[in-house]
Amino acid sequence: MAAAAPARARVTLSRPGVLFAAIGLAGLALPLVQFRANRIVAGEGASLPGALGGWGWIAAAALAAALLVGVPARTPARLRLALALGGVLVTVAALGASAGALTPPGDRIARVSPSAGFWLLGLAFALAVADALARIGLAFRQRWALLAGAVAVVALVLGSGLLDDVSVMREYQARRDVFAREAGRHLLLAFGSLGAALAVGLPLGIAIHQVPRLRAGVLGGLNIVQTIPSLALFGIMIPLFGWVAATVPGAAAAGVAGIGAFPALVALFLYSLLPVVSNMVVGLSAVPHGARDAAVGLGMTRAQVLAQVMIPLTLPVVLAAVRIVLVQNIGLAVIAGLIGGGGFGSFVFQGLNQTAMDLVLLGTLPTIALALVSGIALDLLVAQLDGRRGRGT
Amino acid sequence: MIEIEHLTRRYGDRTVVRDVSLTVGRGQIAALVGTSGSGKTTLLRMINRLVQPTAGRVLIDGTDTATVPAHLLRRRIGYAIQGHGLFPHRTVAQNIATVPRLLGWDAARIRARVDELLDLFQLPPVEFRDRLPHQLSGGQQQRVGVSRALAARPDLLLMDEPFGALDPVIRASAQADLRRIQRELGTTLVIVTHDIDEAMALGDRIGVMDQGLLLQYAPPRAILTDPATPFVARLIGTDQRPFHLLSLSRVADLATPGTADGPPVAPDASLRDALALCLWSGRGALPVQGGGVVTLEALRRAARPGGAGADP
Ligand SMILES: Nc1ncnc2c1ncn2[C@@H]1O[C@H](COP(=O)(O)OP(=O)(O)OP(=O)(O)O)[C@@H](O)[C@H]1O
Ligand SMILES: [Mg+2]
Repeated sequence: MAAAAPARARVTLSRPGVLFAAIGLAGLALPLVQFRANRIVAGEGASLPGALGGWGWIAAAALAAALLVGVPARTPARLRLALALGGVLVTVAALGASAGALTPPGDRIARVSPSAGFWLLGLAFALAVADALARIGLAFRQRWALLAGAVAVVALVLGSGLLDDVSVMREYQARRDVFAREAGRHLLLAFGSLGAALAVGLPLGIAIHQVPRLRAGVLGGLNIVQTIPSLALFGIMIPLFGWVAATVPGAAAAGVAGIGAFPALVALFLYSLLPVVSNMVVGLSAVPHGARDAAVGLGMTRAQVLAQVMIPLTLPVVLAAVRIVLVQNIGLAVIAGLIGGGGFGSFVFQGLNQTAMDLVLLGTLPTIALALVSGIALDLLVAQLDGRRGRGT
Repeated sequence: MIEIEHLTRRYGDRTVVRDVSLTVGRGQIAALVGTSGSGKTTLLRMINRLVQPTAGRVLIDGTDTATVPAHLLRRRIGYAIQGHGLFPHRTVAQNIATVPRLLGWDAARIRARVDELLDLFQLPPVEFRDRLPHQLSGGQQQRVGVSRALAARPDLLLMDEPFGALDPVIRASAQADLRRIQRELGTTLVIVTHDIDEAMALGDRIGVMDQGLLLQYAPPRAILTDPATPFVARLIGTDQRPFHLLSLSRVADLATPGTADGPPVAPDASLRDALALCLWSGRGALPVQGGGVVTLEALRRAARPGGAGADP
């Protein structure tokens, strides 16, 4: 077929490929890292070759080549995936190496932080990974393996010391113990509020499905809660719980307090209720009428109909609610840092106070990673469940 | 035995079942026919109290069903719901095992019963046991729905258009199987159907409903030869009457001594089959296996009201 084609055969372009290449090449043109003599002063940018010399040129050329190979439409998806994953690794390695090269030996004050070039390259390759994965259409088991593999590689890279000279890791090294504690606190806030919302919301959803008169009132109330901005909610809760802790005997001992983790937990819990309750109600009303009718007709009691037919059939919708709430709460839990509730948010707000972006990143990057991993894992669970039951039965 | 006494059901000011009384004897089959929306399903569902009667009562073996806890009543009554109603999250085997599990049968007994029913309805257990309902065809789903109704060997069975989605071949064999099971176990069966042939083939008595009223409740022969109202005659279809009538009797009932040429007909074949064979082969008489003949003349007489076989 090549013989029949005209001499200047048109190469069909892959639109996403062009976009990723444009983003990535812009990233290569911009400084990869920023060097500052200390944490506060303004810095100067350094490109890949600027930081690493000859190796930098090689790395930049390799990255550019990887981006350009994705441009023609006929590049196979598996090659795209390999190149994109390779691109991510090279970009991260370049960051670590640049930081090592730019930092004067023994200097604990100088800061090398990722700059626009790094973020754009990272974005381009991450998008390319997602695009390639969507094209390949992996089986569930492979997707789980990939997720676990990605987490393992990140852990390995962080543990290897490759990035130890990068500013965010410098901030981390100075706060190892605090970081572990705040990470635990963040997980507690996100998962604790989710657990509480499920414990209260699922029975509440069942109740208002059984007693439709309650529906408008309960859902309306939760809707209003949902629209209160988080800062305003704290504004209400801080004095309220402060007063409760001071006046109700035993309340303070039970953990009630105006500031700290308690009001943060309560706020996250309240924000989680609406998705949980409304999804439960939607799930219950979507149960096929025939299935419910048959359950009653075959002699199940009310409780058996609920436990054996209705609730199992709401599982996919409930899991979807869990996904929404968990990802939402992992992000929202940052706010807890504002009122002394701990979590990654405490780094963010400390960083903002000191105008130390590296510290802000130390709070935001793990938050994003956590939300991403939870979101993907739950998406996989929901899709798997749907696949097993067949859609629309 | 089911005794239905003056059952009425109103929704708002619409009466969808109006003062219906009928009795189904132990081991008998009652087939309910009627136009869509005439109240068949509603009547059926008042028997297992899925619909609460506005007035009237239902006695099962002499006990007023209103005096028994509804869920215990329903476990004794097999119910095949219109449109199968399988549980989408449970496998075929789990669906069929629903009532036995509620009754606390042990696992081995349940498993044996499930396989027995699947075999009976031509769904090889190895292949079908662990499938989910969405992995079945419409006809297979219906057969699983019927198996589920039969699982705990109920004395009383309610079926709402159970074979609607089956092709004629499987439908005929499913009807024959149902009939056999029903005879073996002495099950009392109330079946709703749109198919007059099915009602004729299965029903000891046929109930004809229109706009909530039970117009006639009588043996098939009486429905054919002596319709209570013009509507009943129209529903049965006047063009098919002679053939329905013939299908109600067997060759053995009409055989007379004598001999005839050609391949013989089985004594338990229906007169309708015998007529078809006469017409197809151009013969005036057929030999009957085991002796005797059946003549075209006798068949012609039997196809008229008041003909042979009219008196049991
Ligand atoms: N829950 C209900 N509320 C109001 N009207 C109802 C209800 N259930 C049934 N009806 C009405 O009662 C009438 C009889 O319904 P039913 O289901 O008994 O008919 P059917 O004879 O089984 O019809 P089909 O052959 O189409 O299944 C219909 O007009 C229907 O609209
Ligand atoms: Mg009906």
